Amino acid sequence: MKKVEILGSGCAKCKKLHQQTEEMIKKMGIEAQVEKVEDITKIMDYGVMMTPAIVVDGEVKAAGRIPGDDELKKMLS
Amino acid sequence: MIKTFADWFVYEVLRIKQGSLAGEALDFFVYDSIKIFLLLTCIIYVVSILRTWLPPEKTRVFLSQKKSFTGNILASLIGVITPFCTCSAIPLFLGFIEAGVPLGVTFSFLVASPMVNEVAIILLIGMFGVKTAVIYVISGLLIAIVSGIVIGKMNVENLLEDFVRKNKGLKTLILPEMSFRDRLNYAKEYTIDILKKVMPYVLIGIGIGAFIHGYVPTEVLSKYVGGFKWYTVPLAILIGVPLYSNAAGVIPLVSVLTEKGVTIGTSLAFMMAVTGLSLPEFIILKKVMKTRLILIFAGIVSTGILLIGYLFNYLDYHKLLVK
Repeated sequence: MKKVEILGSGCAKCKKLHQQTEEMIKKMGIEAQVEKVEDITKIMDYGVMMTPAIVVDGEVKAAGRIPGDDELKKMLS
Repeated sequence: MIKTFADWFVYEVLRIKQGSLAGEALDFFVYDSIKIFLLLTCIIYVVSILRTWLPPEKTRVFLSQKKSFTGNILASLIGVITPFCTCSAIPLFLGFIEAGVPLGVTFSFLVASPMVNEVAIILLIGMFGVKTAVIYVISGLLIAIVSGIVIGKMNVENLLEDFVRKNKGLKTLILPEMSFRDRLNYAKEYTIDILKKVMPYVLIGIGIGAFIHGYVPTEVLSKYVGGFKWYTVPLAILIGVPLYSNAAGVIPLVSVLTEKGVTIGTSLAFMMAVTGLSLPEFIILKKVMKTRLILIFAGIVSTGILLIGYLFNYLDYHKLLVK
């Protein structure tokens, strides 16, 4: 099972990315556990400076933006 | 071409009498709105494509290897193309410091980023003309660079919160390369996002401008805040700092004020105080630095803005600014 983390301290874009990621996971029919990371030190530990960011299985896939659907699909598969 | 369209729309389609006060105000409104909308769309799109090559995760590595003077200049320039929101001030600040970017260089970035950006530049060109835009950009960068250098010289690292200093050590994050299509897609989304946020302010600003143009007498404002009184610049800064807005909100407002006799130096000072210094940002920065450092930072930047304000009022007063 994939582990997906959404980094961001509660900004509007972070919520949007969280929602889109969950929708995409459902659409793709894959098993994944989505977790929101709001703690700033944890976010910094990933080396991310701009939120929202998406981390799949411990690897930062994108930071400071919401990936488009196609890109998101690639990241999750 | 836009002018022809505006004329056609107002006088032919809406059938408003040519030469009437309402007709001219509406013509001005339609023309200015379309012009600024087109400029914003094109420039934001291009800048956001370029930006995908320069995420802060990358620039901090680069900045940490620079000496202070060059570093301050580069940090300010990078600040111009990096979008800034108060919510990302902390991760940006910590990210830079942790990567070993000098404190002064980090401050240069922190001052330039909200004050000078593509939206501010376009709005200034559209509403004030190229000359004022150039003056604003150069003064803004100068303040960012000099403030950063001064803070760097002061040795105030001890005023950072302890955890910030302890956490030093480069954590490099290499983000996966984006495909060109992803870059275009990001630019498209970002442009639409910003336009949605900015256009209401722009339309209201131009609308008030078009209205006030003919109806509100100049004397009302200029009696209090216009002209060359000594206190207008500090007053503009004092009012500007607690006001929290971005360039998109403040520039249309200021363009209306200048129409009514507020001088160029006072307007510049006001715009810079609103965008470059903000109370919510100070409160957020409190998490990573002691109040004294925030006061030092605010003091130095305000002094810079004050000097710029006085300088341009002086030049304007002695008619040394070429129109």
